Amino acid sequence: MDTLTELLEFWRLQAGKLGEQTLQHIGLTAAALLLAVLLGVPLGLWLTRRPRWAPAVLGFAGVLQTVPSIALLGFLIPLLGIGATPAIVALLLYSLLPIIRNTVAGIQGVNPAVVEAARGLGLTNGQILRRVELPLALPVLFAGIRTATVIGVGVATLAAYVAAGGLGEFIFGGIALNNPVMILAGALPAAALAVAFDAALAGLQRLSARRLVRVGVGLLVLLPLLGVLYLLPRAGGKLQAGFSPEFVGRADGLPSLQRAYGLRRLPSVVLAPALVYEAARHADVDVIDGYSTDGRIRAYDLQVLRDDRRVFPPYFAAPVVRPTVLRAHPGLLPVLNQLAGQLSDSVMTELNYRVDYLHEPPRAVAEAFLRRRGLWRAPRTLVPGAAVVRLGSKIFAEQYILVEMYAALIRGATDLDVQTKTGLGGTTICFEALRSGAIDMYPEYTGTGLQVLLQPSVATLDSLGGQPAAVFDYVQREFRRRYGLEWLPPLGFNNTYALLMRQRQARELGIGSLSELGRYLGR
Amino acid sequence: MPEILPEPAIRVSGLTKHFGAHAAVHDVSFSLPAGETLVLLGPSGCGKTTLLKMLNRLVEPDAGTVEINGRDVRQQRPEELRRGIGYVIQQVGLLPHYSVADNVAVVPRLLGHAPAAIAARTHELLTRLHLPPERYAARFPHELSGGQQQRVGLARALAADPPIVLLDEPFGALDPVTRARIRREFRELEELRDKTIVLVTHDVAEAFELADRILLLDAGRVQQLGTPRELLFRPATDFVRRFFAAERLQLQMRTLTLKDIRPFLLEPTAFDAWPPETSVHAALEALTDTQAADPLQQLPQPTAPVMRPLMEAFEQALQTEHAWTR
Repeated sequence: MDTLTELLEFWRLQAGKLGEQTLQHIGLTAAALLLAVLLGVPLGLWLTRRPRWAPAVLGFAGVLQTVPSIALLGFLIPLLGIGATPAIVALLLYSLLPIIRNTVAGIQGVNPAVVEAARGLGLTNGQILRRVELPLALPVLFAGIRTATVIGVGVATLAAYVAAGGLGEFIFGGIALNNPVMILAGALPAAALAVAFDAALAGLQRLSARRLVRVGVGLLVLLPLLGVLYLLPRAGGKLQAGFSPEFVGRADGLPSLQRAYGLRRLPSVVLAPALVYEAARHADVDVIDGYSTDGRIRAYDLQVLRDDRRVFPPYFAAPVVRPTVLRAHPGLLPVLNQLAGQLSDSVMTELNYRVDYLHEPPRAVAEAFLRRRGLWRAPRTLVPGAAVVRLGSKIFAEQYILVEMYAALIRGATDLDVQTKTGLGGTTICFEALRSGAIDMYPEYTGTGLQVLLQPSVATLDSLGGQPAAVFDYVQREFRRRYGLEWLPPLGFNNTYALLMRQRQARELGIGSLSELGRYLGR
Repeated sequence: MPEILPEPAIRVSGLTKHFGAHAAVHDVSFSLPAGETLVLLGPSGCGKTTLLKMLNRLVEPDAGTVEINGRDVRQQRPEELRRGIGYVIQQVGLLPHYSVADNVAVVPRLLGHAPAAIAARTHELLTRLHLPPERYAARFPHELSGGQQQRVGLARALAADPPIVLLDEPFGALDPVTRARIRREFRELEELRDKTIVLVTHDVAEAFELADRILLLDAGRVQQLGTPRELLFRPATDFVRRFFAAERLQLQMRTLTLKDIRPFLLEPTAFDAWPPETSVHAALEALTDTQAADPLQQLPQPTAPVMRPLMEAFEQALQTEHAWTR
């Protein structure tokens, strides 16, 4: 019951945020639902009059439904920016299919004899629609709205990825931080909302058709009111920040930064990690979190704000390996160590830039680098049944490049076969894959190993003092002791957290370091 | 046949309707005097329903005209036209979310009649159609039997007292027992006495029972238009002859009446206590019914024995009809 206690404690501490997110969530869902009904029902009605179009329109709405929500948001960002608009549009698109389809099915399900009799009696088309078809189709139509609502409550969690708020902020923060309590803190209210909405609508559905018409009209009044919840004023400030969920939640992220630099008056929204750079580039936000070697820093003319008080711990990259693999293939270790110290911050940023921005394949970038350093050797011919080394990577460019480098080195210098498992969702997934033996190695960062995986006491952290060498030694020692995993020597670059601003704005405001940012906000 | 009445209730001329290449109705013309019942008869797919629906513009013709009381139907908005014409279909098509009373009241409400008048009319019609309003007015269609639903359908068509009623196989979906009963009620219904009625059916016996005149259609073309007796004894085409072949004797017995055979009876006064328009068929039924349920048995019975003389007279009457035909 520890989790429950922690959960209640989390809610108590974050009560304000929980309330705000819940209201946002309801507002988002209601606004999107209203638009979906206003758009979907007439469209469905139109389709019943023009059945030739039905397969095309329903097919298109069906395809929309199959687009992964994250991908859909990804498509919408360039068109609509970040914030409420893309979130509502995405929700609307997801809600459309059940509403259109059930409108069509409901109207088509009306007994043709009833419609013919009504027409024969002298009802006009409009009267047939209002008095016969709509009331009789209403139960089916309503079931569609109900489906759309439940889908909407679920998809609305993703709104957090585009800075539109909602309960997704807790959920994705929790996932990024591997913090089940935080995930539950968002997921439970979201589930409760879905159940509550569904139950309320189910109750309405049991009403008679004639009462349902009145309720339908009532809903059309109520939904915009709920939608307004979303527009409750948010705190404003001189600069707007957009942070990834992980950064907002983890101890060495925003919380420690706020303590050290007093960035209290920096209103922030939560964004998908993949979107923060875009948001900064398009001036949707001014300050973002990022990684100091990210290729987009160069591509988008961003500037790293100097961490002059050394708040962010060092994040030196190094391969973490299963010792059994090293013992089984003694030739492997010297090959892997060929990369040690080869990659400086600027070199890594340049390589990332090639992949992230110039869209060169990670493999080509990796091999070109090895050639320049004289490390490239053509892959050996594989003997059948050769032993396999499995390389894992997290889901961003730098890791892809590093894995390709190791793969090329191993293929050129050993008789081992290489299998890559790239795009593993995050730190925890890579780490668990390595522990279970699903992969044999992956590139990790000392700071991540320390903060996310080992999670030492504050006293231990203080004793390490953010010194790169001390952190590496500690991480290497503890991984051996606790998990029986081996850290090889670091590659050279420090891909730590950084706050970034657009170069031009930073220059205009005279902000070059985090202290200067704190002073500017405090004025 | 020259039209005697100056203004027929319905006049149809050259009516044609194609569905794609298929001619559903081809060049059909007829005139229907007010108060007459015309039955559109023919095999399935002969175009009789299409023809009916062109009368109230549920189907628009490709060619030809329909005049109702001398006025081209295209001069009126279709909805207004339909509100003045009763319409009953086989599947009834009651509005399932309306009570029986509300269903009956649909057209009077569309026409803006006063609520009190509507209520009185609904009450009256339901009573006449053997649906006591205090029991049935508040019920919903799904709570009624098929026969009851069709009665409500009929009440709905008659609610605004339209001079013309169109019926599309109104008894087609009912079981034989219910069908016979409702048909009898229909025939005897006061409300329908002076209406102009067009009724579609593929049931020959039904057509003979209800029709003043029958329009027999095949493949969208008129095969013959005339009284049941004309179609039976003076078929215009081979199709007409073949169409009635299977039920010929039955139809002859239903068509010839006591009046027709009276000259051939040995004792012409034998059946004088019975109505002269009683068909031979009905007379035979009354004579052979041991249950004594037939209303004819309430009247003074002919002096026995009569069966054999009746059959002989029937045979001679038939021969006379056929001789006349040739």
